[in-house]
This record gives sequence, C-alpha cells and structure tokens, in this order.
Amino acid sequence: MAGTALRRRLTWQLAKVTAVTTETASVRTVTLDVPDWPGHQAGQHLDIRLTDEDGYVAERSYSIASAPGEPVAITVERLDDGEVSPYLTDELRAGDDLELRGPIGGYFIWEPDDGGPLLLLAGGSGVVPLRSILRHRERTGSTVPVRLLYSSRTLDDVIYQAELDQPARGVEVIETLTRHQPPGWAGYARRVDAALLADVAWPAAEMPLAYVCGPTSFVETVSQALVQSGYPPERVKTERFGATGGT
Amino acid sequence: MEALDGNAIGGLLIEVFGTEMTAAPTVCGNCGDARPVAELVVYLRAPGTIVRCRTCDSVLMAFVTAHERMCVDLQGLAVLG
Repeated sequence: MAGTALRRRLTWQLAKVTAVTTETASVRTVTLDVPDWPGHQAGQHLDIRLTDEDGYVAERSYSIASAPGEPVAITVERLDDGEVSPYLTDELRAGDDLELRGPIGGYFIWEPDDGGPLLLLAGGSGVVPLRSILRHRERTGSTVPVRLLYSSRTLDDVIYQAELDQPARGVEVIETLTRHQPPGWAGYARRVDAALLADVAWPAAEMPLAYVCGPTSFVETVSQALVQSGYPPERVKTERFGATGGT
Repeated sequence: MEALDGNAIGGLLIEVFGTEMTAAPTVCGNCGDARPVAELVVYLRAPGTIVRCRTCDSVLMAFVTAHERMCVDLQGLAVLG
C-alpha cells in the first residue's frame, strides 16, 4: 500500500538464532533470521532485550556486523560483569529465539556516495560496525581508498583476523597490539595517539572521512587528535561503547 | 559509570519521537554549542537516561520511566532537529 513504508514503528520482535561463531576467546558472532527486517545501513546497531523469570528486563545495543543485504549478524564481546553479553556469548545456541528491535542509527553510517578516502579507527570490539562498512564497500564495488587502524590488546584479541588478513583491493589494514606482541610482530606495539595517527592517517588536505569506534577513552583520544591535525569535526564520526574488554 | 554518546539512545529516541534522531542537530540552551545528537554525552543508568552538553556539561535531555510511563525533559535544549 502506498505510504506504508514511509514511517516504520520500531517494535520489539523475535528473531531466530541461525549460527553462533567463535571469533576470539571472549567474542562471538550471532547470526539471526529476523522475519520483519526492513534492511539496514552499514554502521547501524540494534537493541537486544533479555527478560528473566521474574520479569526483570535488561537492554543493550549491539552494532550490526554484516553488510546491508547479508543476513543480520551481531558480534558480541563478553563483559564478565555484564547483564546481557555473557548470555549471548556463552548460553545462546542456534535455534534459540532472541528479542530485538532495529535497525537503529542515522549518524554513524556510511554509503558509497559519502566518498572518502575513508579512515576507520577501531578500539577492540569497536571494529564491528567498521567491518560492516568494509563489507558494504566491497559488495557495492566502491573503489574508495580505505585505511583501517585497529587497536587490540593481544593478537588473540583481534576480531575478524582471517578476514582482515585478506583485505579487499584498496583497503589497508594497520594493526597495533598494546599489551603483548608475538615474536616477529611487524605492526605497531603501542596505544593510538597523535604521533601514531600522524604516521597512519590520510592527510587532512585529502578531505578524508573518519569513523572512530571503541571504548569512550579511545574515541576521545583519537577524535581529538584528528581534529587537532586539521580534520573538520563534521568529518570525524564517533561512536562510544563505554568501558569494554579493552584495546 | 563511563559516558556513552547519543548513538546509544537511537532506539529510545525513536520510541519518543517516532523517527530516527541521532543525526538531528542540537543547540545547547546554556552555551550555544551546536552538534548532532550522536555527539552528545549520554549516561544510560543515572537512574534514567541523562544527556549532557559536550562543551559545558549542562543537562540537555532527561528520560525517566516510572509506573510504565516515560517522562521526557528537553528544557536544556535551545534547538532539536
């Protein structure tokens, strides 16, 4: 019917878990069959709601890991004191139901027409929405040049390692391991700061578009350094996860 | 509790306003700082949800649910949307 698609109410619905994939010791990707999914944009998130036997409800937001057009997937990092993530990473199995609403977000999103060059900056599980952007770029045939700078504690904490080892044409992946590096590690071995960004980031004169996602302290440090180096604030998009397992 | 940002209340804002709001422009009623909702400082369980100006720390928005009814206070904002 004409007009019915113009405004969609955001309602809670039951999705079916189709797969749970191990990414790292504490991170799982949950793939979902969502019956009334209207499609999403790269960078968006969804809300998960868990209700216990006593009616206590806990809600959390999770970034969508898959590209538009792919089955909906979220990648979840287990927080030991979390109310929601331990259930998602440890208990959830294929065939289970999961209550969710989405997609959500109109700011931290990227479409090929937004151009670039793209600078993607991830701290820990902040890589999740950026992975959706990378896959969307590849699936749409975009040739926008991309640099992804990804900070993790150790090599074992790197999410999507196999995928990042074989980046699409035009994508450079630069990793830094802040706590422990394996023998022969050729990447960076320190926290992301202004000096590291000066090495890695596109010069401001190329009018890059930056997406920064991770723990709040990581996002603050990186976004401030980019603006100080000449990036216009409106070309630095940020999403803060609060405290997470670390970078 | 560590602060998040306005992306974290995208779902809540759709509940309240019926449309996506994280990219909507705001202006702080106290200091005049202008930026999209997504870049505001958000505390999720304060109790309730509190949104503050990134420049002057004024409370811009507050959302509190009591007796299954949500109370919305937008008095700190000069401009929204």
